[in-house]
Amino acid sequence: MTASDFVLGFGEAGWGTALLQAAMITLSVALTGYAFGLLVGSFGAWAKIKGGVLPRLIADAYTTVLRGIPDILVIYLFYFGSSAVLTPLAGLFGISGFISLPGFMAGALAIGLVSGAYQAEIMRGAYRAVSPGEIEAAIAAGMSRLTMFRRIIAPLVLRHALPGLGNVWQLVLKESALVSVTGLVEILRQAQIGAGSTGQPFTFFFAAAVLYLAISSFSTWLLRQAEGRLALGTRRT
Amino acid sequence: MDLPFLYETLLKLLTGVPLTLQLAVSSVGLGAVLAVMLALARLSGLRLLAWPASFYVFIFRSTPLLVQIFLIYHGLGQFHAVRTSFLWPLLREPYWCALIALTLNTAAYSCEIVRGALLSVPSGQIEAARACGMSSFTLHRRIVFPLALRHALPGYGNEFILMIKSTALASIITLMEVTGLAAQLISESFRAIEILIVAAAIYLSMNFIVTRLVQWAEYALSAELRPPPAAASGQGATL
Repeated sequence: MTASDFVLGFGEAGWGTALLQAAMITLSVALTGYAFGLLVGSFGAWAKIKGGVLPRLIADAYTTVLRGIPDILVIYLFYFGSSAVLTPLAGLFGISGFISLPGFMAGALAIGLVSGAYQAEIMRGAYRAVSPGEIEAAIAAGMSRLTMFRRIIAPLVLRHALPGLGNVWQLVLKESALVSVTGLVEILRQAQIGAGSTGQPFTFFFAAAVLYLAISSFSTWLLRQAEGRLALGTRRT
Repeated sequence: MDLPFLYETLLKLLTGVPLTLQLAVSSVGLGAVLAVMLALARLSGLRLLAWPASFYVFIFRSTPLLVQIFLIYHGLGQFHAVRTSFLWPLLREPYWCALIALTLNTAAYSCEIVRGALLSVPSGQIEAARACGMSSFTLHRRIVFPLALRHALPGYGNEFILMIKSTALASIITLMEVTGLAAQLISESFRAIEILIVAAAIYLSMNFIVTRLVQWAEYALSAELRPPPAAASGQGATL
């Protein structure tokens, strides 16, 4: 076998470029979902800490249900569920056939909703780790609520939450492989396509595994740097 | 809300529950054996054993389970040696491939739970057992494993729930467990939302029952933390 025949190469017959492009799609769907999850998770944490009875009840139900059902069901819900709503709607305008949210959007929404449930719990725990003395000191110094949140609470919560949030990012990265069921050409889908047209499934799924491994190792390294940065001035053992 | 349809869906999806539970229970059971071996290898202090075990854990925890399932189910058939081996009757069946992938995957995660639990056994207990003249095997059987089990139980409960959720991925390689049946029903009836809600309810109930069982096991195994029943009632009488 010469280098140009190699199916994972970057030449004309190689799938290297396609797989790297797919890795970019994996990264963007995972990042979009994660960012959406941060938004949902912050609201969830806020409802659990400061909300009234009803917001707290809703937030508790949300985190219990979303952490208790398989992620793939949530992706199906957005993908097939949206078609159950959109297809009749499109029918009204004379458009027939299967209409659904695009795979990217359904995937990112599903990932966001699932990871938000984990992120809410992590941020709630991190908020409780902020000592009341720091908040009292901020109030005594005459800080407004916004200033106190921006300068005291947010940095401290982030410091405590970062290891947990890093774990959720690793979960999200692996969960993004499930979005391949919607037909979105991310790493796993691209590997399936390559396996199908070359008849070398092991080569392609192995390459997919290596790509995930690379992304997750790089994020571990990056998160460790960030943890060190945020923990400046604390005891590190 | 179409109650008859929901009820009918529930009855159909419930027929997938045995397969879901079977996959989860056997993979966690087999995975536990592998996990204990991996954890002992990591703690053995021998680099030749510890390094491969760490590498295994790293690989299986850093790649998606679905990729692992595809590698085993679709990937292994690429090799002529595998297709002609005695294992091929197993490796071409989606059931066995799913079970192997789930087992290998949970073993990697459980290895960390077991390792933490083994490390949490107080060294005084081990020293005391050694001082009594216990052999290494007796020491593990009578002191280390029973104590480690108590520490591992909460983590293992979480892992079992994760595995119940992970079995849903077996549906992608055509196994007809709860999610597989749900996907089939959706393609027949196009009533995705109702069907998925019923499926979600089934998973939630399974996980609810599992958390209760784990809580009960934790309670049953922590007798030393509770006051003896007679003393507790006697105390109540004197107060």
